[in-house]
Amino acid sequence: METLERILAEHPFFAGLESYYTTLLVGCAANVRFDAGSYIFKEGEEANEFYVIRAGKVALEILAPQRKPIILATLGEGDILGWSWLLPPYHWKFHARAVENTRALALDGKCLREKCEQNHDLGYELLKRFSQIIDSRLEATRFQLLDVYGSRG
Amino acid sequence: MAVAAANDPMLPQPHRVRQVVKETPDTFTLTLEPLDGAGPSPFRPGQFSMLWVFGVGELPISISGDPAQGDRLEYTVRSVGKATNAFVGCEAGDSVGVRGPFGTGWPMEAARGRDVILVAGGIGLAPLRPVIYEILHNRKEYGRLVLLYGVRSPRDLLYRRELAAWARQRDTQSLVTVDYGGLSWRGYVGVVTTLFKYARLHPARWVAMVCGPEIMMRFVTRELETQGLAQADIYLSMERNMKCAVGFCGHCQYGPHFICKDGPVFPYNQMRPLLEKYEL
Repeated sequence: METLERILAEHPFFAGLESYYTTLLVGCAANVRFDAGSYIFKEGEEANEFYVIRAGKVALEILAPQRKPIILATLGEGDILGWSWLLPPYHWKFHARAVENTRALALDGKCLREKCEQNHDLGYELLKRFSQIIDSRLEATRFQLLDVYGSRG
Repeated sequence: MAVAAANDPMLPQPHRVRQVVKETPDTFTLTLEPLDGAGPSPFRPGQFSMLWVFGVGELPISISGDPAQGDRLEYTVRSVGKATNAFVGCEAGDSVGVRGPFGTGWPMEAARGRDVILVAGGIGLAPLRPVIYEILHNRKEYGRLVLLYGVRSPRDLLYRRELAAWARQRDTQSLVTVDYGGLSWRGYVGVVTTLFKYARLHPARWVAMVCGPEIMMRFVTRELETQGLAQADIYLSMERNMKCAVGFCGHCQYGPHFICKDGPVFPYNQMRPLLEKYEL
């Protein structure tokens, strides 16, 4: 059986992190499951965790008046879900819905925020990693906005 | 005389439309067969033909069919202008002219014994489809096959049945994403570059073939380099306004290259300095 420590240590997001920090993160982690169709979090709710998706698929959605929810992106195995726990006011900006039965590790962001304040080295390591995710999602969003497959694509 | 005419690259050979398949609301696949018992038209994956719609005009279209089926030629065409409208408006039994095949094609020899990743955007899957047929017909000669395919929305997906069939093949991974998906879409939503993380690449073994809008190819090549692929192992299919298709007229000149004659498939290391020039 895989331990949480091993799962985190082998995940690319945590690669290169000192084992002391990995152990510390494990203390904030828990296995969670979401049935297909269920919401992991909703827009406006307090954002107090992030997720390492281990299996399944999650849709990030936004609600628009008099329309069905719009799917902005999907995340799958290996992806990191959620960074609103890291930035004030610590509220989710979108809905996250399990499209398939989904397994994940939930990391307690509230606990991590406190640990990052106490230990800036840990805070820097986490911010570096989340910055890369934010950068790749920003680039993907720009690419998406270009609508390259439209009639002029 | 007849042989001389058949060998003249400027002379269209008459073909009959055998079948028209509607792929999406604006994209159709037409199957053509040579008229009057003319011989087969062998082609290599990635090559293109010049198609004459008599009385309307000529257009360059990549061959999207199976290279093993030498008695027919398939073309997948999106209706975007006068000539393409006329072509997709053809019905079974209509006559069209065909010149070619032209161009260099995908590097199938260089890919032998290696893993192959195909990255297609929109109608860019059409020129890559013959590569998939070629690999599946000669499965032992190639390593893993990965197809990453991005389109605007689920209704724009080409070759739906084949996509599902390819995904079931041995050593083959077929991942599809849409830029905009409704709630009924169960697949991935996001641009094609977001699929790389699910592809499990081992850079040294891979050859990449990329086809789609040029902006998409710039994002994809950047991602392939991030994944560790060497520029020389990445190939792009380029598109410019081709007229003569044999390097005489210069319409498709791109820097020092003629897309029709030297391409349309080029190694990325030849294209990279040109892709970043606004003037071209």
